[in-house]
Amino acid sequence: MAVLIVTETSKGKFNKASLEAISYGAQVASMLSTTASLLSIGSGSDDELAKAGEYGVATVLKADHAKLSHFDPQLFSKLILAAMEKTGADVLIMSHDRTGKAVAPRISAVLQAGLISGAVELPVTSGGFSVKKNVFSGKAFAEYSITTAKKIITLLPNSVPVKLTGTAATVSAFVEGIDAFSSVLKIEEKIHQHDGEIPLPGADVVVSAGRGLKGPENWGMVEDLAKTLSAATACSRPVADIGWRPHHEHVGQTGIAIRPNLYIAIGISGAIQHLAGVNGSKVIVVINKDPEAPFFKAADYGVVGDAFEIVPKLNEAFRKFKEQNS
Amino acid sequence: MKILVCISQVPDTTSKIAFTDNNTRFNEDKVQFIVNPYDEWYALVRALELKESLGGTVTIITVGPLAVEPIIRKALAIGADDAVRIDMDPQDAFSTAKSIADYARGKGFELILAGKETIDFNGSEVGGMIAGLLDLPFISLASKLDISNGSAVAEIDIEGGVEVTTSPLPCVISAAKGMAEARIPNMRGIMAARTKNIEVISSDVAPLVQVKAFTLPAPKSAVKLIDPSNMDQLVELLHSEAKVI
Repeated sequence: MAVLIVTETSKGKFNKASLEAISYGAQVASMLSTTASLLSIGSGSDDELAKAGEYGVATVLKADHAKLSHFDPQLFSKLILAAMEKTGADVLIMSHDRTGKAVAPRISAVLQAGLISGAVELPVTSGGFSVKKNVFSGKAFAEYSITTAKKIITLLPNSVPVKLTGTAATVSAFVEGIDAFSSVLKIEEKIHQHDGEIPLPGADVVVSAGRGLKGPENWGMVEDLAKTLSAATACSRPVADIGWRPHHEHVGQTGIAIRPNLYIAIGISGAIQHLAGVNGSKVIVVINKDPEAPFFKAADYGVVGDAFEIVPKLNEAFRKFKEQNS
Repeated sequence: MKILVCISQVPDTTSKIAFTDNNTRFNEDKVQFIVNPYDEWYALVRALELKESLGGTVTIITVGPLAVEPIIRKALAIGADDAVRIDMDPQDAFSTAKSIADYARGKGFELILAGKETIDFNGSEVGGMIAGLLDLPFISLASKLDISNGSAVAEIDIEGGVEVTTSPLPCVISAAKGMAEARIPNMRGIMAARTKNIEVISSDVAPLVQVKAFTLPAPKSAVKLIDPSNMDQLVELLHSEAKVI
């Protein structure tokens, strides 16, 4: 029995979600009295990859190959299956990100290995093997048991804190079967991100605004606040639909679901569809002039009043706090 | 172009979430069921648009007992040509995906579409599993889809931009927001749906995972209201009480 964790590096580094998956996998291995290996896909110095050891992984297989620079689920699955074979892994851990969502189901189907996607806690291993995950768009949890010998878990980001343990891991190259694989997909990236913009999906702090802002020209104060907090900006669905803000900023049932530590909602009423995308946030602050806005029921802190007065004041208060605490 | 669209029945977004049978079953009492929005608004409508421009057929497939027929009729009213119902209680994503893959194998579907996830179990699993079982290319989370020179061309929103992926047919694609605009069935569609064919087939696939128990999150404590003139207090609370800054 052994655990294999699969993560990717981004610009040569592990991101927060990857470190969470690595630590989670190492903790699962220790619960099962076995060891965890990491398959790291992408570039990265051996020193950076050896850091996985600090999160409890003994060995790192480094899959750095030109063919892996684009995401082909068929190729990634092949590589992961080969790494599972090599390490004798019967538990596979990935992050519940774009790669995990596309690849884990494929491997689950091929191996007929039970998959829990989007786990929010460590498994319970006494008397079977069960894992808790979010269901009904965050409105409930389900505890699932996996009955197959081989098991796969994808971990929801920002759910299980990392645990530091151990020292550097040993790193070796692993590119089995990649040369022989010819991808049928043609993939081209078009990046439009501005320098310094914080990507929304993994952001720790998110500042979001809705129709209460009255027009796209009023987003300056939202962006200023986001800048002070090193936060990503987001918006509600109506605002994306009328074109005030780009669609990739839309959080909610049909947009993206986020789980930041702090979510600040400005001029958003809090329809159930919006809440479905943000109810995984650790702390929610709602600023709205309508004291009856449903969002206040889901909020930890609320400010009733005019956003155009409150937001600049809040920004100022955060700035003062940062100066005093830097 | 022969297209298969996988649809799922889910409780309407505003449904009360409650459980019965010792918290092992979703309580369906007074719940309004709908077609999973990602399956309907994006996958099905885009399939119909492709059929309208390129010709062909759109077949919908779902796994479930007789009680799911209303959502099948809804999808037929929106414009699907015919439907397949796999008469089985969908116990997990694998038993669902395997039943669909077993049906689709050898039928000549050039495109298999599914929503990116269902709004009840939020797994994002069925599309990827079907692709794995049929050993087909898979494009997940596509927010745009076109057919060009016999290939599928999809756009996927990625961090800071988009990725344009071209795949040969047949392939499996999961649909995210942006792929199409929702359509409301008209009276003609609703009338026509009554006589469209629903093929019922049986399947028996064992699940790989099982729900042991559902739980509801602890109720949120009441919101703490802060005076608009005292934003320093809010910042202080976020720091010392909530510990998020």
